[in-house]
Amino acid sequence: MNLNGVRAIYTFEMNRTRRTLMQSVISPVLSTSLYFIVFGTAIGSRMGEIDGVSYGAFIIPGLLMLSLLSESISNASFGIFFPKFSGTIYEVLSAPVSPFEILAGYVGAAATKSLIIGTLILVTARLFVDYSIAHPVWMLAFLLLTALTFSLFGFIIGVWANDFQQLQVIPLMVITPLTFLGGAFYSINMLPEPWQTLTLFNPVVYLINGFRWAFYGVADVHMGVSLGMTLVFLLICIATVWWIFRTGYRIKP
Amino acid sequence: MQPIIQIQGVGKTYDSGFSALKSIDLEIRRGEIFALLGPNGAGKTTLISIICGIVNASAGRVLADGMDIVQDYRQARSLIGLVPQELTTDAFETVWDTVSFSRGLFGKPADPAYIEKVLRQLSLWDKRNAKMLALSGGMKRRVMIAKALSHEPSILFLDEPTAGVDVELRRDMWEMVRGLRENGVTVILTTHYIEEAEEMADRIGVINRGELILVEEKEMLMQQLGQKQLYLMLQTPLDALPASLGQYNLSLNDEGTQLTYTFDAHHETSGIAELLRSLSELGIDLKDLQSKQSSLEEIFVSLVHRPEESA
Ligand SMILES: Nc1ncnc2c1ncn2[C@@H]1O[C@H](COP(=O)(O)OP(=O)(O)OP(=O)(O)O)[C@@H](O)[C@H]1O
Ligand SMILES: [Mg+2]
Repeated sequence: MNLNGVRAIYTFEMNRTRRTLMQSVISPVLSTSLYFIVFGTAIGSRMGEIDGVSYGAFIIPGLLMLSLLSESISNASFGIFFPKFSGTIYEVLSAPVSPFEILAGYVGAAATKSLIIGTLILVTARLFVDYSIAHPVWMLAFLLLTALTFSLFGFIIGVWANDFQQLQVIPLMVITPLTFLGGAFYSINMLPEPWQTLTLFNPVVYLINGFRWAFYGVADVHMGVSLGMTLVFLLICIATVWWIFRTGYRIKP
Repeated sequence: MQPIIQIQGVGKTYDSGFSALKSIDLEIRRGEIFALLGPNGAGKTTLISIICGIVNASAGRVLADGMDIVQDYRQARSLIGLVPQELTTDAFETVWDTVSFSRGLFGKPADPAYIEKVLRQLSLWDKRNAKMLALSGGMKRRVMIAKALSHEPSILFLDEPTAGVDVELRRDMWEMVRGLRENGVTVILTTHYIEEAEEMADRIGVINRGELILVEEKEMLMQQLGQKQLYLMLQTPLDALPASLGQYNLSLNDEGTQLTYTFDAHHETSGIAELLRSLSELGIDLKDLQSKQSSLEEIFVSLVHRPEESA
């Protein structure tokens, strides 16, 4: 195991985050906090409770998930796309590091950053909204699992993307809509049919509901199903990454 | 002794269908400086990229110190340092950080004293805290070298190390490469500058259109193909070569104003003395004379052009 190599990549990535602190950490925390101010304090007081949870509190897991998904994806995808784009990837390819070690460095750093952002969002939310966490250990487990899975997913996008536009297209055109439609702001029980059934095909529904269950002990789908779906997506990502390294897809001519 | 690098039947066809390397067989000896010469697009970078793990070979295999670069990539790669042709750097990193990064990436524990030594050697010490984007091209090139040396490789690939580098820095680099060899490092460099190969290399390989057309000791190469020419500028033009000069390898050029005498530089007697005597006997006066050794450049050009005719 080339631990020095993992550390080198990880540190490199974290330094990059530190250099762009404003854009990469402060800005997602701030923009998510705006939701808490608007929905938690301003409008939230005029809205009823959902499943016995105040509206301001109800939206926290979903909003947290939204930041977690988009930050994990964008950070991990940029982390590998940029060396590929600039050519500096030659060094990683020529180094005695295994695919697992490369992933541990890049994906580990992206996931760490997501966790930092997630924690900051939770702390900031507390200033505006009164919430509690029913299953803190599960909450942490979902947080970790999501950060890891979507950093892996971001890594795949970064390898796949040939230009900056492709890099943006999946987070923007797929992930954001799926999150907004995935019950971040409402309970899917509030939807009329056929939307309620159709929504079940949206994987993000399971992420958000698993997370919400960890917070408040209630959710639209059973937490076991949520956990299962998240793990399935993780496995798909792992299989894809394994294939990428085996074939050299878009990283090795 | 086992060669440090064994390239066996290595071929590369890119996804575009272009065949960049036909089937290369080559052995690099331990501790030598090997120069790979070839025109643009010959396949030099492709070959180096395969050995270093950046490009997948379509055929064949490569052993570094007896270890397969695919199966035993960990051991094989830790031996190898690469200075790529393109200057690709992380613009916002400092010189110190980027060189330390390379060392870590190759699995070596941090060693600030060694990094300092490398940076000083390459006259980069003053720039250690400068960001890459603030460096000139020549300095960036040196940082790339420092990165490759940071993990103390025993095999160093230099892909056109002196492209776009001024004369002084080029001399420094040659000096550095010789120093490395004294420490037992094997150096493989590619270049377009024949003088570089002539100056530096122990052996020379010429590659053209994905085929290795020649591998030879530099000395041998120079000897085998090294012919010398003596140019004799005449006072008064001649219409034709006098018959009595038929025994010499002479030709009449420039509308009869110049005689060219070709001889083997390594032959015991050049025949120049006899030729000059014969000329004065014939009353042919000379204005000037000049001799020239055919350089590696001419050898190279003649080699590289040959396959084109048959193609
Ligand atoms: N990724 C690629 N896809 C398709 N063709 C490629 C690729 N990389 C290189 N080639 C082609 O392979 C051939 C050999 O390229 P290579 O870079 O190895 O040449 P070179 O000898 O290093 O040339 P130069 O002296 O210009 O650096 C060229 O014709 C080039 O166009
Ligand atoms: Mg090249």
